[in-house]
Amino acid sequence: MDTLLEIEDLTVRFDTDEGTLTAVEGVSLSIGKGETLGLVGESGCGKSVTAMSILRLIPSPPGRIESGRIHFHDRDMLTIPDQDLREIRGKSISIIFQEPMTALSPLKRVGHQLIEAIQLHEDVPKSDAARRAVEWLGKVGIPDPAQRMQSYPFQLSGGMRQRVMIAMALMLEPELIIADEPTTALDVTVQAQVLELIKAMKRDETSLLLITHDMGVIWEMCERVTVMYASQVVETAALRDLFARPRHPYTEALIRSIPKLTGARGELETIDGQVPSPLAYPGGCRFRDRCCKAFERCELEMPPLYEADRVAARCFLSDPNQSVPPI
Amino acid sequence: MLRFTIRRLLELIPVLLAVVTVTFFLIRLAPGGPFTAERNYPEDAIQRMNEFYGLDDPLPIQYLNYLACAIRGDLGPSIHNPTRTVNDIIAQNFPVSLELGLYAMVFALLFGLASGLSAALRHNQWWDHLVMPVAMTGICVPSFVIGPVLALVCGLHYGWFNVAGWEEPSDRVLPAITLGLGVAAYIARLSRGSMLEVLPQDYIRTARAKGLNEGQILIRHALKNAMIPVVSFLGPAAAGIITGSFVVETIFQIPGLGRMFVMSAFNRDYPLILGLVAFYAVIVVFFNLLVDLCIAWLNPRTRAHTVA
Repeated sequence: MDTLLEIEDLTVRFDTDEGTLTAVEGVSLSIGKGETLGLVGESGCGKSVTAMSILRLIPSPPGRIESGRIHFHDRDMLTIPDQDLREIRGKSISIIFQEPMTALSPLKRVGHQLIEAIQLHEDVPKSDAARRAVEWLGKVGIPDPAQRMQSYPFQLSGGMRQRVMIAMALMLEPELIIADEPTTALDVTVQAQVLELIKAMKRDETSLLLITHDMGVIWEMCERVTVMYASQVVETAALRDLFARPRHPYTEALIRSIPKLTGARGELETIDGQVPSPLAYPGGCRFRDRCCKAFERCELEMPPLYEADRVAARCFLSDPNQSVPPI
Repeated sequence: MLRFTIRRLLELIPVLLAVVTVTFFLIRLAPGGPFTAERNYPEDAIQRMNEFYGLDDPLPIQYLNYLACAIRGDLGPSIHNPTRTVNDIIAQNFPVSLELGLYAMVFALLFGLASGLSAALRHNQWWDHLVMPVAMTGICVPSFVIGPVLALVCGLHYGWFNVAGWEEPSDRVLPAITLGLGVAAYIARLSRGSMLEVLPQDYIRTARAKGLNEGQILIRHALKNAMIPVVSFLGPAAAGIITGSFVVETIFQIPGLGRMFVMSAFNRDYPLILGLVAFYAVIVVFFNLLVDLCIAWLNPRTRAHTVA
């Protein structure tokens, strides 16, 4: 599979009043053409920051991209001139944000915001842009789309607004769509509809980076999964492989914590302990305090990301050279 | 929108009635009368003047008489300016105050917005750190300090402007700056604050993710949102500039309405006080209505409330 986007060794830090916060550290991931990659992890693990870095949308200050490369079509997104970056934003790479309530400009009509995006990237008359916007509002399941063009965001429900965002992200037929927890802020009943919509609207050759903390969403939508924990990638694998044979104890725990419909109803599985503070990560493996398989070495050194054939895990137990399991 | 405007204008009637009533009885509570002066008038002269102006009638009768005339648009004679009626005084002196207020407002808007928005865009840089203390000073220093200092420096010392007067076009500069500086400083702080609130919003990030450049983001998505608090402030500010110009008009010897207002209070010129208070009340209500209409136009959300 051809690689469309490749993030290499990305490190992003934020200068806060309490000190320097490490949001993303040494993250590498890649998305193939037409592939749907899930980026999963709990809140604050750095998955959104990773995604926002792709289009350089990290507010700076306080954020700064300290190192790394983000290759898109042989170009490094982190060093291309602003002018070129703006041409890619919205046109080649578009984003569906988490909060449909606040992501649309409150004082502009929905139609205006769609037309603006089209005319920004394509030299078409306003009437053509308007026609296309109406067509897309219809496609994403908004009833009476021509009428809705005149609506302000506050006149639409959360689900409708997210549909508008999806239309905005998809109508220019981008090569990569970044969906940053697109359903988190929505009602459970609407969540499934919105996911179905993204799946249905996405063309086969379009890649999707889906950020979520919901393993169920990952299972429904993705082909490959990258798991993040405490600002680092801890595992990358194909979907079925990951669920069948997780390499990292954190992934294993995540999968165990998915509530099941069948079987005995007991308490939900949780992961004991807390995520270490991004203001001061301890040395060694960051998951070791919560890991039931931790041993002495985990405390002494940070496990490297053992990579082989688009599969990776940051755990000594995945070291291909270490045949004898400890203890 | 039209119904809203009409309703607001109808609300003016009870407001005016209350203002006039309270003022009418308040000024009568104050000691002295229109003919209390250093040199004592003969008793019978005062008697005859009281009769002439109807001041010897019982208070409720005077009140009703005044209302009856005021409803017909006649605000009565000015006791201390025997050749002019209150209507004349408003007609002749208000345009001067209005002109002064207009210049002051334009100055305050241009100067305030430019410095406030530029400070927001350079948040926490040296320009921001320079503008904000200066603006704070501008808010704190009263116009009766700024006026004389400007007259002293730009008028007397450098001779760029006349120290006082209202004849040449250049005579407008110093009074307008004096009157507008405080408002400009307030607008600067207000617009900076609201801009800083708007810039980190999600929809600004959305605009950026669409591919808009910073200028387009600012003009199309940030400015309108950031202007709402500023516009809300403009109504009271405009009314304040027009009604509060008496200090500046006194310093620079400008024949405006503010000075007449102060003089009327000193002289206990009852009809003039009442007429001007009522007139100022109309102005305040008018500017507040104007601002509400502007906000409704800016913000579709309030428009929905306004229309309903």
